[in-house]
Amino acid sequence: MRLATVPYSIPALILLLTQCVNLSFTQAAPKQTINIAYLTQEQVIPAPLSNLDPFVKDKGVIGAELGIDDDNTTGEFTGQQFNLKKFIVPLDGNVVDTFTKEISPHFQYVVVNLPAQPLNQLADLPAAKPLLLFDVGTRDDALRNEECRRNVLHILPSRAMRADALAQYMMKKRWTQWFLVVGSNPEDRLYAEAIKRAAKRFGMKIVAEKAWEHTYDARRTVQSDVAVFTQTEDPYDVLVVADEQGQFGEYLDYRTWIPRPVMGTQGLIATPWHKTHEQWGAVQIQHRFLEKAGRWMEEEDYGAYLAVRAVGEAATRTQSHESRSLKDYLFSDAFALNGYTGTPLSFRSWDNQLRQPVLLAAPRSLVAVAPIDGFLHPKTELDTLGYDQPESHCHWDK
Amino acid sequence: MKQKALKCFLMLALTASAQAETVFVTLEKDNALAVVDPIAGKLIKTVPIGQRPRGIFVSPDNKFLYIATSDENTIKIIDATTFKELGKLPSGKDPETFALNPAGDRLYVSNEDDSLVTVIDVAKKKVLKQIKVGVEPEGITVSPDNKWLISVSETTNMVHWINTKTNTIEANTLVDPRPRAASFTADSQQLWVTSEMAGTLMILDSQTKQIIKTIGFEVQGVTRDKIQPVGVVIDKERNRAYVALGPANRVAVVNAKTFEVEKILLVGQRVWNLAFSPDQKRLYTTNGTSNDISLIDLDTQTVTKSVGVGTYPWGVAVKP
Repeated sequence: MRLATVPYSIPALILLLTQCVNLSFTQAAPKQTINIAYLTQEQVIPAPLSNLDPFVKDKGVIGAELGIDDDNTTGEFTGQQFNLKKFIVPLDGNVVDTFTKEISPHFQYVVVNLPAQPLNQLADLPAAKPLLLFDVGTRDDALRNEECRRNVLHILPSRAMRADALAQYMMKKRWTQWFLVVGSNPEDRLYAEAIKRAAKRFGMKIVAEKAWEHTYDARRTVQSDVAVFTQTEDPYDVLVVADEQGQFGEYLDYRTWIPRPVMGTQGLIATPWHKTHEQWGAVQIQHRFLEKAGRWMEEEDYGAYLAVRAVGEAATRTQSHESRSLKDYLFSDAFALNGYTGTPLSFRSWDNQLRQPVLLAAPRSLVAVAPIDGFLHPKTELDTLGYDQPESHCHWDK
Repeated sequence: MKQKALKCFLMLALTASAQAETVFVTLEKDNALAVVDPIAGKLIKTVPIGQRPRGIFVSPDNKFLYIATSDENTIKIIDATTFKELGKLPSGKDPETFALNPAGDRLYVSNEDDSLVTVIDVAKKKVLKQIKVGVEPEGITVSPDNKWLISVSETTNMVHWINTKTNTIEANTLVDPRPRAASFTADSQQLWVTSEMAGTLMILDSQTKQIIKTIGFEVQGVTRDKIQPVGVVIDKERNRAYVALGPANRVAVVNAKTFEVEKILLVGQRVWNLAFSPDQKRLYTTNGTSNDISLIDLDTQTVTKSVGVGTYPWGVAVKP
């Protein structure tokens, strides 16, 4: 059964319920405790691509910590205590073991920063069924479609949402002819798929597509490589690059045969969060994060922050710590999460994806925020990004 | 002869504008203050004022302007006629919004980054206290009876009721997400609070501290998530309230007795803050992204003029 088919009495009930608990708090009520687990695994440190960007080892976890701080400030006034316990599985460790032994018996809410495969492996465990898993690590469209799980909520925008955001902007600019360059990793091909879907959706044309098979070393032959590589038979407006790990994408700009902008995974990128973002109160959270972490907020941090805040918001509003009532609230019309992007965030009932704006950012300037003005939707313009309800392939079998 | 005529004209013009009220608008990106003659619908001049000016108030005796220059971490005291800087108040970090008590001797500042409200003795230019509030305090106001100081925290989603005698929080009301502005009715009986994320206006009873009414807005051709209420003002007789709807580019007219939305007026882009004329016959709005202010005639409830003022108009204050 899909959540969307749940009778409307539930959201109505939630609204009623929240109005009833919309009390004023004159004295500290007895403390209610809400425990949240944060689960991740150490990564192999990739070879440095550039000395400019140091490898960030703790992406995600500091966002969760900031979220718990904010939850607890509210909790001080509502008599709720939020606890965050971090589980960082070593490289040779087993996430399933950690999950079944240390997490599922004690926690109802788990922020998971893991790749797609282990994420669904956890989600399918019988012990995980009654839990809420907040995915802050993946952007896979499959996890939001054929491979969707009822107990997994996806915080970061999918590749389709990102590609749609770029396509809307390019449509506005009338840069309709694209040249697509695809890296050799499986993720690059998934990104390219999303780009192709977006092109079709918004009436753009991919005039050429090539796989990048050259060297990944900038000091060698890249200058001539890129110039030769970017010669095409048909003219194009934009070079769209699919290189999620950043192995060659940065080397394309200024080296193309004809002068054309670069977009996609490098150049102009589509992301839920960026250091250049300052509007809608974003300056405040950028400051608070920078002070706490000593570095800029990465998208995994933003995702973990939103996940922990979503639990906090639901617990505060329902005055409950039960996952059942919290989940009902998270999917009700009353739920409106502030993501510092100018539009309230909420969950799509058909695939558990957090609906949100997508930022289009150049390295040192925020270029646009999608949905771009003029892309209309009967319900919310945010649903012009990614898989809308009629297009979704998610059926809640699991 | 010609010169004399010009002089005459100038003097006439001066007396005319001296009788009319003056509207002051802070320009966040121009680091300046716009001085507007609203009757003539003209920008009189633009005065450099300091880095990133936002919140603005006129002192009760109309002699001074208080302007928060956020990037200078201070609130400046400005002569309301000559625009000379007379002094600075220790506002704490990054002041944005602040409030004056009715007597004008206490000034309360929201320090967004530090989750604090700073209480300042205006005459002594001294900090009396810093009060710990929720995350990202924004809207701040003092009840006309000087009983309550209200601080609204955007991320904690709360209205904090602070006793002005003790400067301590006495009660907290959980409100709709990302509350922005708060205004009392003239009789101090009700507190009106806007929520940017839920797109609502809530009316709280000052006795019980509970929400007695939540109002939503509908604007034809604008999706719900673009309706983001910010500034709210209520007239002295509690007949009508006016709510700036942010990126919906509209001001809503609400019947303050029946709580019905009576009218939606189209103003400039990203309408933000509101101020009445002293006789409450006109309303002025700052329109953040269209770089102008709108003048609304409240008798006819129509937008009569818009005046270009400069980049990112933020706060608005009126001197008789």
